[in-house]
Amino acid sequence: MFLKLQPRGEASLAMSYFSPLLAGILTLLTGGVFFASLGHNPIDALAIFLIAPVSDLYGFAELCVKAAPIMLCAIGLSLTFRAQVWNIGAEGQLLMGGLTASAVALQLINVEAFWVMPVVLISGMIGGALWGLLAAWLRNSFNANEILTTIMFNYIALYILLYFVHGSLKDPEGYGFPESALFGDSALLPILLEDTRLHIGILLAMFAVVAAWVFLSRSFLGFQIKVLGLDSNAAKLSGFKHKRLVLLVMLISGALAGLAGAGEVTGPIGQLIPSISPGYGYAAIIVAFLGRLHPIGIFFASLLMALIYMGGELAQIELKLPLAVTSLFQGMLLFYLLACDVFINFKVKLKNTKPDFKTEHA
Amino acid sequence: MDIDLITNVFYAMVRTGTPLLIVALGELVCEKSGVLNLGQEGMMLMGAVMGFIVTLTTGSLILGFMMAIIAGMVMSMMFAAIALGLNANQVATGLALTIFGTGLSAFIGAAYVGVPITGLEPIAIPLLSEIPIIGKMLFAQDLIVYLSFVLFALVYWFFKHSRLGLIVKAVGENPHAANAIGLPVMKTRYLAVAFGGGMAGLAGGYLSLAYTPLWAENMSAGRGWIALALVVFATWRAERVILGAYLFGLASILNLVAQGLGYPVSPNLLAMMPYAATVLVLVMISSNVRKSRMYTPMWLGKPFHPHG
Repeated sequence: MFLKLQPRGEASLAMSYFSPLLAGILTLLTGGVFFASLGHNPIDALAIFLIAPVSDLYGFAELCVKAAPIMLCAIGLSLTFRAQVWNIGAEGQLLMGGLTASAVALQLINVEAFWVMPVVLISGMIGGALWGLLAAWLRNSFNANEILTTIMFNYIALYILLYFVHGSLKDPEGYGFPESALFGDSALLPILLEDTRLHIGILLAMFAVVAAWVFLSRSFLGFQIKVLGLDSNAAKLSGFKHKRLVLLVMLISGALAGLAGAGEVTGPIGQLIPSISPGYGYAAIIVAFLGRLHPIGIFFASLLMALIYMGGELAQIELKLPLAVTSLFQGMLLFYLLACDVFINFKVKLKNTKPDFKTEHA
Repeated sequence: MDIDLITNVFYAMVRTGTPLLIVALGELVCEKSGVLNLGQEGMMLMGAVMGFIVTLTTGSLILGFMMAIIAGMVMSMMFAAIALGLNANQVATGLALTIFGTGLSAFIGAAYVGVPITGLEPIAIPLLSEIPIIGKMLFAQDLIVYLSFVLFALVYWFFKHSRLGLIVKAVGENPHAANAIGLPVMKTRYLAVAFGGGMAGLAGGYLSLAYTPLWAENMSAGRGWIALALVVFATWRAERVILGAYLFGLASILNLVAQGLGYPVSPNLLAMMPYAATVLVLVMISSNVRKSRMYTPMWLGKPFHPHG
């Protein structure tokens, strides 16, 4: 190693904004090299991956359709991460939200009334929130590590969903396919743009962005969460009720992820199927970091992540690449981001070649 | 229950627990040195896919297993470069490793899904494997299972009786003190992470070359995460890791047992069992705060910068 890290003493704010940008550029470069090594023209391949998907109105609408659930999950996750609660469970909370919303929507399948859709969405939020609260309760009362419990709850939620979609929620007239009946019209989210799948979910997500921003910058609870993240000892000394904050952030995060799940089944899907999320809950973790845990940052990072999803789908068709290219790019982006974040707290210097007692451990 | 069923359940329990045991032993060493690597799942999957491809193309199982170990180590060094070299947050870096490894393995393995190979066959040791009930479980397994017994003994001995084990523990308990008395903190941590990576790769290779000899996307199915919980369950002690691994093995084969006994239970509910058991066990172990603190490496997951 010829480089050494020198602490800055104070975190660099400029670097914390520059780092996601740098990570994005490095991901692009690596992506180009990667496509070239597979025998594709890197410029053309990157264009297919990142520009072609949004070159028309339909593509833009799809971008918003995919960004909405990611944004909802990531806003919730950012609150938990700020409070030093490592909620990895957005995926499971999303699935539980989708499941409970579906169960209610199927109960109301023949009801035509304006209140059906809000009731379905709220039941999705309740389902997700309860799933999140379960992990919060286990952490508060039994000291159980929330990283591991929320991951396990993701798997458990998936099997619960599969149990119901193969069981009592299966369409009796569906020729045995593991799918529910199509929901009634009044449970479906209204379409914003004709001939596209763009539904009001993106508006709900943008509302969540604004609400989170107000909550964090204007409310005392939001302030407490911020302090808890910056300095947990200071928070303890100020007498903030730590356990209550853990419950609160997990409640909000679970409810938002549940709303994302409800929005998927009542939006682009329209029924309950075995796979309602291509890993949106995991992608949201990357988005939360990439957006610097800030609502505005998360807004843009969600759009980028949605673009990567679409790029992966298009690369599968146009370049005959496996769909996994999406998660490959996601992982790469997070790796580069974490690596670039080193500049926030450290200066990287060339190592002195002369023997210097300070450098012997680096 | 007849004796044949019990014998077979014990046999399958050890076989199913083996990949968990191998990953968890690797993670145990890693965590003892103070490094929390949540990327087990990603390293396992890379081990599984790389091992599978090498065995498929060369026809050699040994080369496949070696490749699996190397793949896991290479992945773990990516983690180490960022989390140790650049002092990044270990939780986030581990997550990145899992996401990246899941994607990369699915990408590389896309062309190999469903291709059959001849997997590692069990070798029954004469006479010993004839012992009722435990004979088949302990002496009619494949070579990797026997190797896992050896690995367990080595790790147990390493921490109980070796000087190197003491160094690893010192580095995990208090890197500043260890650094002050001249122990190579960073080198120890890099090596511990590499060992963990190699073990995760080997466990992944076991899945694709022996346990179910084929490659499927995401085939580790959360075993890497369960192994992380296992280390907590074991309160960082090797002898409890092996016990836990087999208990989880048992929880994972409950569906076979239920089928064998003729109970009509939903396969989806039974598939949930290992994950539910993990939560249950975590709750039971962690609720005793004093006891779980006593064994947790003090510096677990916290970055160490010699001059920071």
